[in-house]
Amino acid sequence: MDIRERIARRVAKELSDGDIVNLGIGMPTMVSDFIPEGVEVILQSENGFIGMGAAPKEGEEDPDIVNAGGMPITVKTGASFFDSAVSFGIIRGGHVDATILGALQVDEKGNLASWMIPGKMVPGMGGAMDLVVGAKRVIIAMEHTAKGKPKILKECSLPLTAVGEVDLIVTEMGVIEPTEKGLVLKEIAEDVTVEDIQAVTEANLMIDPNLKTMDI
Amino acid sequence: MSKIVELEKALEYVKDGMTVMIAGFMGVGTPETLVDGLIEKGVKDLFIICTDTARPEKGIGKLIVNDRVKKLIASHIGTNPVTGQKMNAGEIDVTLVPQGTLAERIRAGGAGLGGILTPTGIGTVVEEGKEKITVDGKQYLLELPLKADIALIRGSKVDKLGNVWYKGATRNFNPMMATAADIVIVEAEEIVEIGEIDPNDVVTSGIFVDYVVKGEE
Repeated sequence: MDIRERIARRVAKELSDGDIVNLGIGMPTMVSDFIPEGVEVILQSENGFIGMGAAPKEGEEDPDIVNAGGMPITVKTGASFFDSAVSFGIIRGGHVDATILGALQVDEKGNLASWMIPGKMVPGMGGAMDLVVGAKRVIIAMEHTAKGKPKILKECSLPLTAVGEVDLIVTEMGVIEPTEKGLVLKEIAEDVTVEDIQAVTEANLMIDPNLKTMDI
Repeated sequence: MSKIVELEKALEYVKDGMTVMIAGFMGVGTPETLVDGLIEKGVKDLFIICTDTARPEKGIGKLIVNDRVKKLIASHIGTNPVTGQKMNAGEIDVTLVPQGTLAERIRAGGAGLGGILTPTGIGTVVEEGKEKITVDGKQYLLELPLKADIALIRGSKVDKLGNVWYKGATRNFNPMMATAADIVIVEAEEIVEIGEIDPNDVVTSGIFVDYVVKGEE
């Protein structure tokens, strides 16, 4: 299985029936393809609606309805549109149960860096800073390393998106939870050992006494 | 009293160096006819306030590519590489603002508020130089209101009084920007008679709107 699919499948299991969820661009968007049967989540799109559906069929795109990546999308029956102030009121006001985002770096204090690399890439934070501060749960879906280098660090070196807001990190190697004492490895992928995952993680991982095989 | 005018007449009010709010998210809900008109008219050194700079060939991106922007406030510039190049070359002074904060700062500007308190950006570079205020033990940043000389907005249906209805995701920053500028110009996808938009469906009241220009469908 493709590692991105593995991550998306595992993240999808974190969602509960009825959750209001905001998915970031890229891999997080894939999560909606793997939501377990019997679980219905309501997707929020930061550019102004609740009740996002699937991508439209070719030829059925409505130029007035796009997702947060600017791509044509559909809305489900019962959806609602609103302006950006209401949209971010929903986000900041704690009305979103979970946001799923990618990351450049995450550290053992639950800090997140996801919006710029000084001198290289400065796309802007868009809605990410509001999402991370406002959503009830922040789930990071990312590949464990970038070109072999750890992304899970003792301390983020890139400019932060938010301080101490990350609730769960899901990578192709395992599931890690930031706690007050540090990072706890909760699940590990079938083909990975604890030594393997620690070797590519700069921060120290505490091993959950009930460490499980990653459930995908 | 009809507010409908020709494009050239509406754009007479936009002058070099002005602060201009332009609505839209990745170009959706952006008044493309007004943007094209600005480029044709030749105005320059604009201070643009917007969500994002779309793509080089779309929406606000066209103003960037055509060197009309001196200063920019936006939440995201990543989809238009030209913005980043001009920022790095020192040609455009860019300030990045979290999207929710931007929406509220504009809303505050139009609603007569002295600012807003938001937890967004605490502990990040966004807090630099800003006052922190603690309410019930939680820290917030004081973010100041934004206003403009001109707001360019886009409505799906607009009546002759300037009442606006927005379709789908085109609403985004339009309603807030319509309240926060001295002169508000609406590009209408469709112009309708007064009364054709049910008062319950009017999102932006005509009182905020100065001029209506017919745009492309």
